[in-house]
Amino acid sequence: MTGSHGDTNGTPPVAIEVRGLKKNYDEVEAVRGVEFAVATGEVFGFLGPNGAGKTTTINMLCTLVRPTAGSASVAGYDVVRQRDEVRRNIGLVFQDPTLDGYLTAEQNLRLHAELYGVQSDLVKPRMQQVMTMVGLWDRKDSVVGTFSGGMRRRLEIARGLMHSPRVLFLDEPTIGLDPQTRRSIWEYIGELKEREEITIFMTTHYMDEAEWCDRIAIMDHGEIVALDSPETLKAGIGTDRVTIHTDDDDATIAALADRFGIEARKSEGAVSFGVPEGEQFVPRLFENWDPAHPAIKAVNVSRPTLDDVFMSYTGSTIRDAEEDQGKDRNRRMMQMMHGARR
Amino acid sequence: MSTTTEPRGPAGGGPGAGAATVEATPTPIVRVTVPKRSLASELRAIKIVWRREIIRYRSDRLRMVTTLVQPLLFLFVLGSGLQQLSAASTHGVNLKTFIYPGILCISVMFTGMFSAASIVWDREFGFLREMMVAPIRRSSIVIGKVIGGATVASFQGVIVIALAGFVGVPYAPLMIIGIFILQLLLAFTITAFGVMVAVRIKQMQSFMGVMQMIVMPMFFISGALFPVANLPGWLAVLNRLDPLTYAVDPMRRLVFNNLSISPQARAALDPGVTWFGWHVPALLEAGMIVALGLIMLGIAIWEFSSTE
Repeated sequence: MTGSHGDTNGTPPVAIEVRGLKKNYDEVEAVRGVEFAVATGEVFGFLGPNGAGKTTTINMLCTLVRPTAGSASVAGYDVVRQRDEVRRNIGLVFQDPTLDGYLTAEQNLRLHAELYGVQSDLVKPRMQQVMTMVGLWDRKDSVVGTFSGGMRRRLEIARGLMHSPRVLFLDEPTIGLDPQTRRSIWEYIGELKEREEITIFMTTHYMDEAEWCDRIAIMDHGEIVALDSPETLKAGIGTDRVTIHTDDDDATIAALADRFGIEARKSEGAVSFGVPEGEQFVPRLFENWDPAHPAIKAVNVSRPTLDDVFMSYTGSTIRDAEEDQGKDRNRRMMQMMHGARR
Repeated sequence: MSTTTEPRGPAGGGPGAGAATVEATPTPIVRVTVPKRSLASELRAIKIVWRREIIRYRSDRLRMVTTLVQPLLFLFVLGSGLQQLSAASTHGVNLKTFIYPGILCISVMFTGMFSAASIVWDREFGFLREMMVAPIRRSSIVIGKVIGGATVASFQGVIVIALAGFVGVPYAPLMIIGIFILQLLLAFTITAFGVMVAVRIKQMQSFMGVMQMIVMPMFFISGALFPVANLPGWLAVLNRLDPLTYAVDPMRRLVFNNLSISPQARAALDPGVTWFGWHVPALLEAGMIVALGLIMLGIAIWEFSSTE
């Protein structure tokens, strides 16, 4: 293992390697033995509802949290035994802001460069480069406290890139941002991928954004339930999604089971299920629909999305899962009052 | 997409691979490499943490004013007011002159504590995380914070030193230098103490509460406002245990060395600190402040390093 990579060149082909990684917080098993590898240059997405263990996993990879069991290496270095080496080679953008609002954008980035020991003569050109990329170079002298949420997130991304990390970790980089800013952040990620030799590891709970990743791992209740490219995952579903709106979901589910042998579920206030070739199913549905069954108000057929992938692996949509876990978490937080997050 | 996955194949290309990507892009990428951790990189980290404190202090004019209000209130209002009562027992010495060293100390103390509080702010607003994940030692963060806070606090001290003339303290160069050095030591120790407390505290309100609980008693017990001889037994014990005592006492001696007053006044107002009748020399007092500061810095580093 040691000596398999040089310090300045010869990027290891595997950027992140995780084996049996576990983390327990008291009685709560936040991460239950995950296993995966991310290739150099890949954009790898971690998808799952809040509380699925994404942030805990990212924190272990960033050396912020010590794993309970298992091992992980980032940029060729072990996250427990070679913490410093890992830290020198990664960039981090957290979910919560970590900028100094009293300093200017430039001062924030300079501080980062000094903390990471970036060569003095390269600080300025590198700063110009990363700030230009996120469109903030002309605002470099503004105090960060005056920035909008989107601008701050963009600045954090720029800062995370200041020291040319091999792996950039983005924890929910687009959470709470307006659609336009979200899109531009994805543009930067695309640009980064083109220009720099960098691996990007990100977490998100926006299904549409996961489509941008080369590969995604779906995480639920501390475990990885699926891992592949978005296309493969969607193709693996093999069915289209049909959603029926009626006044009585339970009766509809019973009728579908009775007439078509379909196992449907309640989801987001409607009944939904997967069938092969959904368009052709709709006429059959109406032909065989009894007047005694609840009146159908609307039918919607869609190609499988990552949401469906998520549903087929976890049995609920990501939003439903979040509602459940939200309740769960509230209860837990009341018990603990403070302590380990997620 | 194709260009980025490429490095997997010709990975043997080693140094050439990096150069190829640079060529392919319109503007060359400025690539930096993060050096291995060394003493130099730690010193650089300490320096930037220190500088951040200075930058923040400079941009916060309000703080400069607010931390001065209380000491000045003590000095001019309390000093002038109580003068009416105490004129007989101060042997003709202005009370403001007498309490001046104490006020200087409390002023430095307030600022130092306030600077230390920034570690709690940083935790609350997330910035602490940015420093904690950097490839530097935790001790560098603490040392930078303490030196930064001490610098800010001693700057505040300089402002109070500048006011000496208003309370009948002459601007004698040697005395000024002596006072400056003493307040520098005090600033360091107080900030180290503040940081030691602050690394354990997660919320600003709690920190402020703790500070109130510690700073005011330390101030009142230290002898900033009264001579430390002939105190009731319990107060004498507390007074000798209060670290601030050993900053106020040598400072007062320096001031009184430069006043032309009667020996009786000198004896009454500047009796010096005694341990079981033994006069504690000023140098030992200064040494104690430094030693205490170093011990607390050590504890702060240890505590900070063992947090998650």
